[in-house]
Amino acid sequence: MKEVKCECGHVNPHGTVLCESCGIPLIEEKTREKLLDMRYEGSARRSQTYNKTIIDKIWNFFSSVKVGVWLIVITLIASALGTIFPQEMYIPPVMPAVEYYEDQYGWLGKMYYELGFHNLYSSWWYLVLIASIGISLVICSLDRVVPLYRALKKQRVTRHESFLKRQRLFGITQVENKDIPFDGVIENLKKKRYSIREENGNILAEKGRFSRWGPYVNHVGLIIFLIGGMLRFVPGMYIDDVLWIREGETKVIPETNGQYYLENKEFTLEVYDKDHEVFDEALSNSGMVAKNYQSDVVLYKRADNSVAGEEAKLDQVKEFSIRVNEPLKFEGYALYQVEYKLDELSTMSFHLTNKETNEQFGKISVDLNEPETKYDLGNGYSVEVMSYFPDFEFNSEGQPATKSRIPNNPAFVFNMITPDKPDGEISFVAIQQTIEPFEDNEYKMAFAGIETKDVSGLTVRKDLTLWIFAVGGFLFMVGVAQGAYWNHRRIWIQRRDQEIWIAGHTNKNWHGIKREIKEILEGSGINEPDDLIKETEDK
Amino acid sequence: MKKQRLIMRSIILILLGAAVVYTLYANFTKDDIQKVEVGKKAPDFVLSDMNGEKHRLSDYEGKGVLLNFWATWCKPCEREMPYMDSGYKVYKDKGVQVLAVNIGESDVVVNEFINRYDLSFPVLNDKNQEVLTAYGVDPLPITFLINKDGIVERVHTGEIIKEEVMMDMMEEIKP
Repeated sequence: MKEVKCECGHVNPHGTVLCESCGIPLIEEKTREKLLDMRYEGSARRSQTYNKTIIDKIWNFFSSVKVGVWLIVITLIASALGTIFPQEMYIPPVMPAVEYYEDQYGWLGKMYYELGFHNLYSSWWYLVLIASIGISLVICSLDRVVPLYRALKKQRVTRHESFLKRQRLFGITQVENKDIPFDGVIENLKKKRYSIREENGNILAEKGRFSRWGPYVNHVGLIIFLIGGMLRFVPGMYIDDVLWIREGETKVIPETNGQYYLENKEFTLEVYDKDHEVFDEALSNSGMVAKNYQSDVVLYKRADNSVAGEEAKLDQVKEFSIRVNEPLKFEGYALYQVEYKLDELSTMSFHLTNKETNEQFGKISVDLNEPETKYDLGNGYSVEVMSYFPDFEFNSEGQPATKSRIPNNPAFVFNMITPDKPDGEISFVAIQQTIEPFEDNEYKMAFAGIETKDVSGLTVRKDLTLWIFAVGGFLFMVGVAQGAYWNHRRIWIQRRDQEIWIAGHTNKNWHGIKREIKEILEGSGINEPDDLIKETEDK
Repeated sequence: MKKQRLIMRSIILILLGAAVVYTLYANFTKDDIQKVEVGKKAPDFVLSDMNGEKHRLSDYEGKGVLLNFWATWCKPCEREMPYMDSGYKVYKDKGVQVLAVNIGESDVVVNEFINRYDLSFPVLNDKNQEVLTAYGVDPLPITFLINKDGIVERVHTGEIIKEEVMMDMMEEIKP
């Protein structure tokens, strides 16, 4: 492939449409067109000209705007598909995902699961799509910004007549004396903040060239945004964990290397008062409206070198009330109030009671998170806890079992020891249910009340990538503004024998440049250029 | 000129490709990343067993340690317990210690389970889930093989389905 030498003497890269220096059309068919295509200044988009090695082929694929647009369209469609049914991470953990989708949504749900849409946003092909858009952005931009920069930098003041003639704004003024001074015009141009270059009495006035870089600045912002997203996968950059903590508990905060502990003093859920003058009606229409979710906590820092499991010496760092949007912040971490569970069972009380006489022989209070093995009631009365099922169910073999360690549905096997039954009587006690395996018990454990505790669900968040997103987003907007609010305008004025030629070009807002030229030429004796496109349309 | 262009393009494509490959790799391994890495020292801890005796992991240096996390309601944990027990009986005299850490259930529940399966190895109870957090345990069961120098040799997530597999694991960390 050869470089193209223009008749003006400038050497252009292969594939150039308009000479970078004088603007003469270098490609045969372009010379026949009435107006020049000024996109990218007619510079050589190299990708479209070289196509040799595999590297070039990949490069050319991603350099195509058409490919880029398709990638975006496909990604949009895929993203939309992912919202039809909830993603796997949001389905309730009642059954495995494979059953859940079919159970809830029928064959459509089954298909959704089979196709992998239940985990769409972290699927390999979705990430590949996003990554391809990123690559396309980089290569498209590079492939255009470099030649464009080159062409704008190399442009000569004295452009070739065929370049001027084919500009949308073009006009010729006949003059007696071709050496009439342009002083007035230059003055006016300067007033309009044009930068002016002169060569042999010809003028190139230009302003707002930086607006041409707007789209590329915008793309740089997008790429920084994507890099931010990528960095979230780097260990330590982004933490998103959950901490469930009961009232009264002190627990180590996950992801802090065992350095920080949190005590939950109290969880509060406040609702709006119904007897409110103004909102009375609205409130009674919508039922309970939450006003505040709040966890009153104390943050501690480990003060010694104790290891996990060992009782640590804790220094209080601060007391804080975590509310929605008011996280507890420390050392780059933030604890957010996100969930709660009201009234988790914590203690259950029973009276040891004679079934016939209803006489009571003492009360036991069972800590549901840590029951004692034996409760001594004195006078020869005691109760043994033989089995405990905090989250009771009958398993597939019909045996009593527990589903978890959370006391959602506590059940006990008690052995009631009394002076007249020294070996004890066995009783199975669950909520609203008592089973006597030997059927003729004289005593029973009569339910005597419960105590509950609230549980706070907090998110542990650390995000070192946020500022990158901010920088990316800011650059994105800078690029948009740069490209949208400024125009790149150029005006060429040339002396040719008894004529003065004037041509104008802008990348947008033709009305604006026309008005500006009119003001500039006022009193100069040079005629306003015609709008060739408008003329054609009028005809 | 042409060569330069090819080199330039290759470098840019390689950089972009590397970023994409890294992201994909990181995304697909993020679920397997344990706080405790193979080849690194296992985090030390102290926990009491059901008899009140304290066990410090670092005290077992010189011995191999099979560290298992379990819960009574976890079916696969339950199924692998007998294998662990028979393995322990064979290997305890060969320098392998079994430490089974319960995730902080009540003593009543844990003791009943130990009695039901007649377990002979020490069962520790992580009441505050501190060790669980330090080891980033999720899901259950999970078994860490720690060699005589306290280095994590291997992490096995999920059930150990055969007695032979359990035996092989203990053989692996035998000093």
